[in-house]
Amino acid sequence: MSNPTLVMYDEEFQEVNEVIGRLLKEANAKVIFLVDKNGQLISGVGETERFDTTSLASLTAGNIAATGGLAKLIGEKEFSILFHEGEKDNLHISIVGGRVILVVLFDNRSSLGLVRLRVKKSSEELSTIFEKLMKKSEEREKRGSSDFPFAEITDEDIDNLFS
Amino acid sequence: MSFINYASREINCKIVYYGPGLCGKTTNLQFIYQKTAPDAKGKMISLATETERTLFFDFLPLSLGEIRGFKTRFHLYTVPGQVFYDASRKLILKGVDGVVFVADSQEERIDANIESLENLRINLKEQGYDLDKLPYIIQYNKRDLPGVMTVEELRHELNTTDVPEYEACATTGEGVFETLKAVAKLILIDLKKGK
Repeated sequence: MSNPTLVMYDEEFQEVNEVIGRLLKEANAKVIFLVDKNGQLISGVGETERFDTTSLASLTAGNIAATGGLAKLIGEKEFSILFHEGEKDNLHISIVGGRVILVVLFDNRSSLGLVRLRVKKSSEELSTIFEKLMKKSEEREKRGSSDFPFAEITDEDIDNLFS
Repeated sequence: MSFINYASREINCKIVYYGPGLCGKTTNLQFIYQKTAPDAKGKMISLATETERTLFFDFLPLSLGEIRGFKTRFHLYTVPGQVFYDASRKLILKGVDGVVFVADSQEERIDANIESLENLRINLKEQGYDLDKLPYIIQYNKRDLPGVMTVEELRHELNTTDVPEYEACATTGEGVFETLKAVAKLILIDLKKGK
């Protein structure tokens, strides 16, 4: 495998939610999502129940992947910020720590300038949390500590899923 | 690359359906979507052209149930099969946990199958994956059509590494769930090993 499995623990999950919860207020946003580059939703705050979050995560990752492909074609490493302007709602999408995607949905109660400013600050905090998370996973792997929930599953457990 | 979330007790995995143009990748997903209980599936997304050819990808999230208190979720993706969409195909393979190669059993499509399979190997390698080390199975689709090659012939051409193989007819759904179950099982076994 070229990439290690992304593992999220309770502690970091809370830290992440604190940061994006604060960003939600400070940027006057409607919803904020954090998505893995492979399209898995990590967390969301705000009016999340109004949205199909799984689809949103997958399409955001597809979007970032496609613009990343475009960037490489013109000799850029990546486009770290995308902005989509709608009639009412706007999307500000940015890459955090090269690994996760921060999606901010906002309307005319906020502004692009404010969102950009607040996202910048929160991105740094999120980067730190994800770096810590990666280190934690690596260390656990090195120690060979098996808190991995799948280590003890049996073939029977797997078969039961399909019955 | 699977995503394990201890906070919400979830495990998410990504399965990619690969194969030549018009081999039935999207049809596989459509059948799974139709036959799955509403509470176990999310919305199916198809980014397709006006003529219903896949432009970027199809996406279907499935939730299989719990193992040891962890919800297992599978995200199913298809790639665009047409040769000139290669740049998009590479993107979709990012973070893949398991691959289904859907082969078109018709004799006139054997070259397209071989080309697509080679393309899969190359694109995976670019992302740092080795097809022989990934959970991977082959589906021989369109078995209902006249003039198809025998499974032995297809195996000889396409399944040189002797991976699990399934016959299917995606339009009627025959073999579709068998294929999905087989690859999901391989992924879970792979996860169990802890890589």
